[in-house]
Amino acid sequence: MKALVAVKRVIDYNVKVRVKADNSDVDLANTKMSINPFCEIAVEEAVRLKEAGVVSEIVVVSIGDKSCQEQMRYAMALGADRGIQVEAEGKLNSLDVARILAKVNESENAEILLLGKQAIDSDNNQTGQMLAALLDVPQATFASEVKIADGKAQVTREVDGGLVTVEMDLPAVITTDLRLNEPRFAALPKIMQAKRKPLDVKTLADLGVELTNSVELISVETPAERSGGIKVDSVDALIDKLRNEAQVI
Amino acid sequence: MKTLIIAEHDSQSLKGATLSAVTAATKLGAPVDVLVVGSSVAAAAAQAASVAGVDRVLTVEDSALEHSLAEFVAPIAKQLAGDYTHVILGASTFGKDLAPRVAALCGVNQLSEVIEVIDAETFKRPIYAGNAIATVKSSDALKVMTVRGTAFAAAETGGSAAVEAASVTVPAAKVRFVGAEVSESDRPELESADIVVSGGRGVGSKEDFAKVFELADKLGAAVGASRAAVDSGFVPNDMQVGQTGKMVAPKLYIAVGISGAIQHLAGMKESGTIVAINKDEEAPIFNIADYGLVGDLHDILPELVSKV
Repeated sequence: MKALVAVKRVIDYNVKVRVKADNSDVDLANTKMSINPFCEIAVEEAVRLKEAGVVSEIVVVSIGDKSCQEQMRYAMALGADRGIQVEAEGKLNSLDVARILAKVNESENAEILLLGKQAIDSDNNQTGQMLAALLDVPQATFASEVKIADGKAQVTREVDGGLVTVEMDLPAVITTDLRLNEPRFAALPKIMQAKRKPLDVKTLADLGVELTNSVELISVETPAERSGGIKVDSVDALIDKLRNEAQVI
Repeated sequence: MKTLIIAEHDSQSLKGATLSAVTAATKLGAPVDVLVVGSSVAAAAAQAASVAGVDRVLTVEDSALEHSLAEFVAPIAKQLAGDYTHVILGASTFGKDLAPRVAALCGVNQLSEVIEVIDAETFKRPIYAGNAIATVKSSDALKVMTVRGTAFAAAETGGSAAVEAASVTVPAAKVRFVGAEVSESDRPELESADIVVSGGRGVGSKEDFAKVFELADKLGAAVGASRAAVDSGFVPNDMQVGQTGKMVAPKLYIAVGISGAIQHLAGMKESGTIVAINKDEEAPIFNIADYGLVGDLHDILPELVSKV
């Protein structure tokens, strides 16, 4: 069976973002970009399913300008078989991304659609659920364990208060949580091989998708800074501050 | 203008996130309806009817809806959505799972983790792990959103809304509930506790985490953890505070053996007073802590327990 994995190029998770002086957006010029950590977990899961003999082909999809090919090559170095880049400029909202992925899947017909649970830039946590809705298939969000057998997926999900396990008919959309797996490192020979794997570029016109852009970004501000605190030198001093100054205990 | 809230409940009572969603909804100044879907909804619907600011409670009761799976609830919400301009859910795992599916079925975008209502179309929400606050304006005819519980107080009681069964078709779905594993805890709920004591990698082991629990119990606090503590197996993952875990904003947050990575700070920096206990005086957590104590937590925690 085929797995379709969506990956997003985002600012590296260790970088502390700066808001632009004109408050139009965050400043991404000259910052390190990487594959979104949850997408990396999705690629790893697909590769493990392939190694287990469940999946026969892994197609990685990314939407953006040419620079996102870097993250697609990385996914191929981890084990994805081929890539589809959908050429698009600027920031896309989740609904448009889901619509594009649904269109891509019209010709791919993957049984397993793997996405990260959220991208660490927009923090939306929407695309997988929207894709499942558009395809009218089941969804398993925040997955921490995935078992595929007999054309069904049994997925354990991380929810508030514990874990929930659901069983779904395939095709289905699965979004990955942190605990699903520990992604492997891309070895140098694999990085070299990944350069020769097929990568198709499609345009929105090819797919017949028009962007909706119904959510407009008005401004971006730096959150209120906390004023610097003090260091105390003993437990007694700490308790005194908490009781008498902050009055919280 | 009219708002629909999709309630999260456990058949007995509404979850805190839903009460926060009511408060956010009342800021729009329009009538607020609450939809309660499940296999047994009487108790939760009665509670929803008693919440101040709620005009009407709609119920959908069916055995297929026992576990409130998004595949069942989203098509029900879609059938009702035509009467509304806003659909609001709490930003819990329930809301995050369901809201985007509702939005996509209705052909609109969704706004996540709203922290401020500016007007009926304009909202503020954090992006980049809370390191930037975006003001966004939606031109969709229907605004579907989740709201962050820590940004809106829980709605009070004092209402007397009418309860009526909604006329909808319960859909079929290709998903089955298999089982749940619930973390048992007698302590206050993490997201609504007044005091939270959190431990990180510095706590050292699962056994040593007992010291964190001891301090929490002495203070009547909930217990949280950093990702490092969860990954090391000290505590279960539903205790994780941060960008990918829970968002908390208690009156007092005590971070023990937590360095203060960006992703952790995203989940707790709105707390009233922050205390950091760490042996590394260069740890970034001290940059945001109101009170810092440099030293070995294994000595400090027992002393704190004996003196507070």
